[in-house]
Amino acid sequence: MFWEPDIECMTREGLEQLQLERLQSTLYRVGTNVPFYKKKLNELKFNYDDIRSLNDLQRLPLTEKQDLRDNYPYGLFAVPLRDVVRVHSSSGTSGSATVVGYSRNDIKTWSNLVARVITAAGVTKNDVIQIAFGYGLFTGGFGLHYGAELIGASVIPISAGNTKRQIQIMQDFKSTALVCTPSYALVMADAMMEMGVNPNGLSLRYGLFGGEPWSEAMRQEIHQKLGIIATDNYGLSEVMGPGVSGECQECNGLHINEDHFLLEILDPATLEPVPEGEVGELVITTLTKEAFPMIRYRTRDLTRFIPEPCPCGRTLKRMQRVMGRSDDMLIIKGVNVFPVQIEKVLFEVEGTEPHYQIVIERENHADTITVLVEVVESLFFDEMKKQRMVIEHIKSRLSAELGVSVDVKLVEEKSIERSEGKANRVVDKRQL
Amino acid sequence: MLRIRNLDAGYGKLRVLKNISLHVDGGEIVTMIGANGAGKTTLLHTIIGLVKPMRGEIDFIGKTCVRGAVGKMVAAGCSLVPEGRQVFAPMSVEENLQLGGYILQREQGRAAVLKELEHQYELFPILRERRRQLAGTLSGGEQQMLAMARALMSRPRLVMMDEPSTGLAPLIVRDIFQIILRLREEGNTVLLIEQNAKAALAVADRGYVLEVGKVIVQGPAAHLLANSDVQRAYLGRDKHT
Repeated sequence: MFWEPDIECMTREGLEQLQLERLQSTLYRVGTNVPFYKKKLNELKFNYDDIRSLNDLQRLPLTEKQDLRDNYPYGLFAVPLRDVVRVHSSSGTSGSATVVGYSRNDIKTWSNLVARVITAAGVTKNDVIQIAFGYGLFTGGFGLHYGAELIGASVIPISAGNTKRQIQIMQDFKSTALVCTPSYALVMADAMMEMGVNPNGLSLRYGLFGGEPWSEAMRQEIHQKLGIIATDNYGLSEVMGPGVSGECQECNGLHINEDHFLLEILDPATLEPVPEGEVGELVITTLTKEAFPMIRYRTRDLTRFIPEPCPCGRTLKRMQRVMGRSDDMLIIKGVNVFPVQIEKVLFEVEGTEPHYQIVIERENHADTITVLVEVVESLFFDEMKKQRMVIEHIKSRLSAELGVSVDVKLVEEKSIERSEGKANRVVDKRQL
Repeated sequence: MLRIRNLDAGYGKLRVLKNISLHVDGGEIVTMIGANGAGKTTLLHTIIGLVKPMRGEIDFIGKTCVRGAVGKMVAAGCSLVPEGRQVFAPMSVEENLQLGGYILQREQGRAAVLKELEHQYELFPILRERRRQLAGTLSGGEQQMLAMARALMSRPRLVMMDEPSTGLAPLIVRDIFQIILRLREEGNTVLLIEQNAKAALAVADRGYVLEVGKVIVQGPAAHLLANSDVQRAYLGRDKHT
């Protein structure tokens, strides 16, 4: 099934013409309207006429996550705020958070691209789609919501959490499609067992998963436990949100919406393009965003292009599902967490350089994050009550900062292993 | 059908068009809007072969366009409705139309021309009424219709129109755009150059906005109508300032 067959099955020549036209006008717009890019392009003595083919993109500077933080909140917007109709933001407080904006056209484009992705996954206007992504500043909920409404599906905006209620509604409302993180789908499957609900008795047929890395083994497990076609979709708020790419029912790689995004795969060390089909870091340039255009944004996600044509008939190139990160970002329950955020909170509480370790586990398909902190004087109290309060304080500070609940445990001094003087900060016990 | 990449063009040392890329697919109405002096007419003249490109490629149905080959361009199926009508004033309406059909006559004979003439009279009934009248005695709107019909006489694959609404009364402008819509229904492909952004975007599928020789925005017409830059600069709609 196709949402826009003319574009999804376009010839490479036609697509490249469209990309070049859009790239040229995007560059002109960012160079005129965004002081950050204006400065960068001037430093390079860049002339707009220099972009004469898609390969010339490689002469442009890369944009880092830090650039977004430095320009918090509205510094990278390419239109005045009065033309912005929506603002989303990543988790974190000022300094570590990033803010993105959407014009009216951006919202239309976004809905349309999500509509493509969910149509490719099998969803039609006859489906009842249960959106168990968080709504709010996170782009996942609203992104899928508008796309699903556009195709005419019946949308249940249930948002994340409250598993029992999710299952109750799934039964009563006869949901046919489920949108959530893949690990949450398995949490639901387990909860169904506990509640004595037979998944085969449900109306569920499709699962659209995203927000975190997952494996083929997990896909099989979801397929077996819930009996649904599980597809992956990809996006990130910095370039739009969900809708950048998504799998068709072949379940073998995500078709990239190349008419709106130009994707490169670079070697994270040299920042040169890798040979076609090899793994590297994904770098994205937006081609149609009005309010928040991005030039060569380093996603830090590792993936590869799949050069072979897809049997489904789409000519839009595929990328493999994201295999990991080229930085230390962790994805916990779909929320992006950087160790440095944890370090900052501990430093504030302790007043000295903290020794800590982050342990991530997956229990019953749900991620848990535990921070082990070495005891120092400022944290140590004879009185149990005071001691407990200090731990509670760190816990609540961390949970507020990260946007996920965090467990904190005090451990003995020097008990955290150090290699080359530095502690191994992250222990990820999840098997993804 | 028409594909332009990185086109630079101008007159002498003056570079009017700077790195223009655009395309028109079969069956589409594409509009290029922009203020006076943005380079719109230069673009059409470069496509049809009146102006030589300095750099870049123009591809029309797989053929590369060259300067001075206006006849070849018309023969290949590209015709132009020039700005300011430019009908042959001392000739009758029908003679003007027959001139527009000379390619058709050469290739398919007299009968095809007569058939096409009949088709144009159906499309523009007023021209049938005026068929014996000298073109110079027609009103502005009628001359515009004549210019359009003359361009269509060669059964072109692509019709390029240079500001068809210029100097016409609002009611006549409406008629002209109605006819453009009708042309699309008949399967024609149109590249429409206009200053009247609102009217042009209302009939077009896609649009490009040209400013001092550069394409600053492009996209589906509905998106351009909702684009705040386009609204401020070309649609005169700004409730806030």
